[in-house]
Amino acid sequence: MSLGKTVQILNQNEGLLFESSSPGKIGYQLPPLDVPAVDPRKVLGAGNTRDEITDFPEVSEVEVIRHFTRLSTWNYGIDLGLFPLGSCTMKYNPRVNELVARTEGLAWAHPYQPEDLSQGAMAITAELERAIGEITGMESVTLQPAAGAHGEMTGILVIRSYLEKQGNPRKIVLVPDSAHGTNPATAAMVGYEVRTLKSNDKGMVDPATLDAAMNEDVAAFMVTNPNTVGVFEENIVRIAGIVHAKGGQVYMDGANMNALVGIARPGDFGMDVMHLNLHKTMSTPHGGGGPGAGAVAARAHLEPYLPTPRLKQENGAWTWDYNRPDTIGKVRAFYGNFGVLVRALAYIMAHGGPGLRNATVDALLNANYLRKRLEPHFDLPYQSPSMHEVVFSHSRQEKRGVKTMDIAKRLIDYGFHPYTTAFPMIVPGAMMIEPTETEPKQELDLFVDAMTAIAKEIEADPEFVLKAPYNTRVSRVDETLAARKPVLRWRPQVPVSRAAD
Amino acid sequence: MIGMKSLDELHAHLPADAVIQKPLDIAPGLSEYEIVDYFKARAAECASGYTSFLGGGVYAHYRPVMCDVIASRGEFLTSYTPYQAEMAQGTLMTIFEFQTMICQLTGMDVANASMYDGSTAVPEAAMMACRITGRDKVVVARNVHPEYRQVLDTYLKRQGLPVETAAYDSKRGTVDLDDLAKHVDGHTAAVIVQSPNFFGGIEHAAAIAEIAHKAGALLIWVFTEAVSLGLLEPATEADIVCGELQSFAISPSYGGPYAGVIATKEKFIRQIPGRLAGETRDADGRRAYCLTLSTREQHIRREKATSNICTNQALIALMATVFMGVYGKQGLRDLAHQNLSKAHYLASKLPLRFDGPFFNEFVAKAKNGSPAGQNAALRERKIIGGIPLGDFYPELADCALWCATEMNKKQEMDSVAEVCA
Ligand SMILES: Cc1ncc(COP(=O)(O)O)c(C=O)c1O
Repeated sequence: MSLGKTVQILNQNEGLLFESSSPGKIGYQLPPLDVPAVDPRKVLGAGNTRDEITDFPEVSEVEVIRHFTRLSTWNYGIDLGLFPLGSCTMKYNPRVNELVARTEGLAWAHPYQPEDLSQGAMAITAELERAIGEITGMESVTLQPAAGAHGEMTGILVIRSYLEKQGNPRKIVLVPDSAHGTNPATAAMVGYEVRTLKSNDKGMVDPATLDAAMNEDVAAFMVTNPNTVGVFEENIVRIAGIVHAKGGQVYMDGANMNALVGIARPGDFGMDVMHLNLHKTMSTPHGGGGPGAGAVAARAHLEPYLPTPRLKQENGAWTWDYNRPDTIGKVRAFYGNFGVLVRALAYIMAHGGPGLRNATVDALLNANYLRKRLEPHFDLPYQSPSMHEVVFSHSRQEKRGVKTMDIAKRLIDYGFHPYTTAFPMIVPGAMMIEPTETEPKQELDLFVDAMTAIAKEIEADPEFVLKAPYNTRVSRVDETLAARKPVLRWRPQVPVSRAAD
Repeated sequence: MIGMKSLDELHAHLPADAVIQKPLDIAPGLSEYEIVDYFKARAAECASGYTSFLGGGVYAHYRPVMCDVIASRGEFLTSYTPYQAEMAQGTLMTIFEFQTMICQLTGMDVANASMYDGSTAVPEAAMMACRITGRDKVVVARNVHPEYRQVLDTYLKRQGLPVETAAYDSKRGTVDLDDLAKHVDGHTAAVIVQSPNFFGGIEHAAAIAEIAHKAGALLIWVFTEAVSLGLLEPATEADIVCGELQSFAISPSYGGPYAGVIATKEKFIRQIPGRLAGETRDADGRRAYCLTLSTREQHIRREKATSNICTNQALIALMATVFMGVYGKQGLRDLAHQNLSKAHYLASKLPLRFDGPFFNEFVAKAKNGSPAGQNAALRERKIIGGIPLGDFYPELADCALWCATEMNKKQEMDSVAEVCA
């Protein structure tokens, strides 16, 4: 059967690796020991030595490769097609980046090897710091945070230390109601009370609301720009002014930087500190949920507080500077997700300055194209101009009993990964669509065809859509059951005979 | 089609005071060939062709080819966090297997889908213990990885959660139980101990657990060398086990990306941070997997969440899962045994600083009391010697931390002995 851009074909069944296990099967080979074998019980002590790893898998090499290859075919990635998950910037992941990250001298560099034997790795880090500083318009950059949320934590800690140094860390962090969940969670982890601000009818921060909430107890305002409805905050400069007037700092969640690179720089429009998700904007692969890198850029007045160590140049050589009395401390061991940083720099080098700007413009173009073509079929809650993504609401379809998640599940049948559902929270039944610049028009048109076909299906037979997906290996997965009776690991079935004793 | 005459119209609505004034100062784009060349040149400025005895939380283990082969499959590499279960059963099932294998290795009931790394798993575990016990203080042993302890400080300080440090026994290198007992009281949420500890030594789980539990505190058991789990008895007395999986097929990569993990007892699952994959059924009753218990997480609970973590280290955890599958029950034990044997061979040639049992790392006094001088002499033989300890432990300034894995050959170790003995 063929639907959308897919056809149903044979797909291999596969159990858990434990279920292919049987005693004695192996899939590894070690060289013979060239030193005397010690007796573990003697050198570690009998009480410290385990007899076996109970129920650990025992499988052959070919079973391992088949197992994981079969599982991979149950997945969907950008390599297979459009992945319009809003806020996640699922763009093509260039393969040369994978290659260079595996270059021997880089991949095998130990973080404690001498600095004079690490100059290349340090130079890469320095070059990426410089590029991120230029892109954001900020004087200083740290590449240590492991992901966006970790960057947020780093940035809010920096603000806290800065304010502490002025004499008062303050108590409150303001967050718009459209913010990503990591923003309030971060503020709480840094010891702040969170106050939520209501967005205005354009989906933007209301300067009057902010002004009313802003006082000398507020440490920071966390703003996402473009915000989570994909709209550039038209009052962003005024917003920064309001916060600064009361001695607060502005943190920018830069998850949406793919809309701004080469067009606008947060440092120029008043932001004090921000993070970028290099696994979004700079194309490093998401890998099914990481690794990422959450580079943090900060204006000069916040530089002394950045995590330790900092790169500096001395007599023409790179060195790590640990002597930073005002630093927030370390946010993780070593220097960051270096392998991800290598990929990000490769991406920046491939594009160059002009290419980065072109990519941004193409991202805006693709999003606005989808907006225009889907607008006749779905409700657009905010009319403000879209940047790199567009957020529709399910309100029209809901009248027929079909919600954003149902449409998402039906989209799977058409061979597309769904958009982001139910976020941002200010849009009831959000359908958040971010195509990115790397999608060809043909793929976008197929997506539009699928979405409009689903809209028609909902008119004709809403019940049918509610039970989607139909063409997948598993039908609708029962998430309620999973949460009600959590089964978070495999355990062997107890054989009937043993169970009886 | 979209009713615009030029591409510039797409961003013409941006306020004039917010737009960029001049083009980015970044050189024009390069071809694939030039990019490869650039990184090869940078790699050549690093330590290629050296034999290394560095450990200290990052270990050089052989990486079975299979791990990269699987992790390079686009369906894994280029997918997102598996929010849409029907389209991500592959990722979800591997996470479920990962969680299971971590439980089997650590002796815990549940494990999460990964944390950023071992160093951030520790404060997350500490915060978890504070929530569970309703207490605010944690006590960490001084022989826990020094950088992990710094990260712990960074995370906990601003939340008003005090961190106290317990000494190590200067003869054995393991936690000083008397000093530990002095720090643990009715305010203590958790005792944090690493085994093998930063000096490579094996800690005594039962004795430490007794001190923690008597005061109503939890025991957090940390590991940085996951290969040790192939031979060491799991610390089932612990309430939370957390650590770093870099040893499982992850290249050292100048400090990351790695993968951390937190495992715990069944009764604490509602307080564990991060993603969890669970088994369930589809609408037709077939076995299926999905992310679950997300009411713990930031996207639902916002400021009341167990953590702010969102993106974790999924692909790294997948590589570790493949590694565990390739080595399996017998292989992980053999691998651990090779590490143990190699380290004990090297140790037999060097003056040891501590006298307790160790796995594949140990502290040795440097020749003439100078780790730097010793390392300079080794460099002439293209050997990177042990980590000088003075920066982390001033009292051990005359010592170095050595590590030997299955990758180190006898001949290289003999060479070390010639220089250092
Ligand atoms: C707007 C926004 N902020 C923050 C984050 C958190 O980033 P990460 O998942 O890298 O921690 C995300 C992505 O998930 C996001 O979309």
